[in-house]
Amino acid sequence: MTKLTFVAFDGTRFDVEAENGSTVMENAIRNAVPGIEAECGGACACATCHVYVDEEWTETVGEPEAMEEDMLDFAYDVRPNSRLSCQIKVRDELDGLVVQVPERQG
Amino acid sequence: MSSIKTDVLIVGAGPVGLFAVFELGLFDMKCHLVDILDRPGGQCTELYPEKPIYDIPAWPSISAQGLVDKLMEQIAPFKPEFSFNRMVSSLERLEDGSFRATTDENEVIEAKVVVIAAGGGSFQPKRPPIPGIEAYEGTSVFYSVRRMEEFRGHDLVIVGGGDSALDWTLNLQPVAKSVTLVHRRPEFRAAPDSVNKMFALQELKELDFQVGQVTGLTGTDGQLNSATIKGPDGEVEVACTRMLPFFGLTMKLGPIAEWGINLHENLIPVDTEKFETSTPGIFAIGDINSYPGKLKLILSGFHEAALMAQAAKRIVSPGERIVFQYTTSSTSLQKKLGVAG
Repeated sequence: MTKLTFVAFDGTRFDVEAENGSTVMENAIRNAVPGIEAECGGACACATCHVYVDEEWTETVGEPEAMEEDMLDFAYDVRPNSRLSCQIKVRDELDGLVVQVPERQG
Repeated sequence: MSSIKTDVLIVGAGPVGLFAVFELGLFDMKCHLVDILDRPGGQCTELYPEKPIYDIPAWPSISAQGLVDKLMEQIAPFKPEFSFNRMVSSLERLEDGSFRATTDENEVIEAKVVVIAAGGGSFQPKRPPIPGIEAYEGTSVFYSVRRMEEFRGHDLVIVGGGDSALDWTLNLQPVAKSVTLVHRRPEFRAAPDSVNKMFALQELKELDFQVGQVTGLTGTDGQLNSATIKGPDGEVEVACTRMLPFFGLTMKLGPIAEWGINLHENLIPVDTEKFETSTPGIFAIGDINSYPGKLKLILSGFHEAALMAQAAKRIVSPGERIVFQYTTSSTSLQKKLGVAG
């Protein structure tokens, strides 16, 4: 199991155990992290599972692909460390990953 | 304007609305479908056409668009009629118990039965995340261009990176006093040809392109004066008396809320025998309905369509005996499907 931490907009931390191969978004939904809406259910079609990847993790997590970049156009307050959490797959290297939930989704 | 007359009006042409045509068609009911999108398929076509769906019976994997294409093929024998780019804005009950629907383009459709298969609601332009934008909507901020003249002589800011944003940047550039296109990055989703044309006009200083996000608006009484754009090099203030944001589509329940049907948390409660709403003669199937145990699956919507059709038939042809038949063996059903031997 891989450990993930979601930091909600009010600062509340959610430490969760995630299965490799699942998406970061799925783990947020399973653990009822507030502020992750995931309206489209993970189809990379809505930009409502937007997160900020903690600065020290951006390199390990990697850059969004073109389709995800296109979708990020619809998100609120997009920053260089913005990602759609439905497009990040959990794997061993991400053990300890911290992501922040933005003020609002779109 | 003459009205369209049909047996069943279906609101929404997503997969469930389309399959309802089949089930209703087997009972000789003619259908007219209205959808706000410009083609059939609803969310399947609009949100994820290329994504495979794995839980359609007998299709281990089928793309969302593939499913819609197959449904269109399956219902073709029943010759359904469609009104695309339309939303049913009002629905009234006539004295004889039938319904009269009016679309946002003032088309009138009269039907004996109404089936709401509107999924998550109608697709409408998404409000961009700009603080205070509501105060300018309809006066300075518009989500579509109805008349180009409304932009003549204005300092226009267009926000977005897709085809709508680029097309209107190019089309309104000769009309507006100034055009500033704002997009959060220098790459675009729009057709490369439009992007090249835009950059060429920027070279000639005929328009301005700013990389960034609009973070604030100033103005009074709904009239915009300027917009703040936050880019990689800090904030700039640009003149802005008209704004066109293109931030994609979102789903909203829309006018359905005003049709006098009981709603619960933006869903329509129905019974599980007929999938009828609180108003007799109006049915709701697919993602938009709710009942104990409801699952928002296309599969469930298909089941709901089949049961609904039985009840609809009793309204459309009162007193007629309903005979349950299989398409595999019934020659009369096969005749309707155009496959009789």
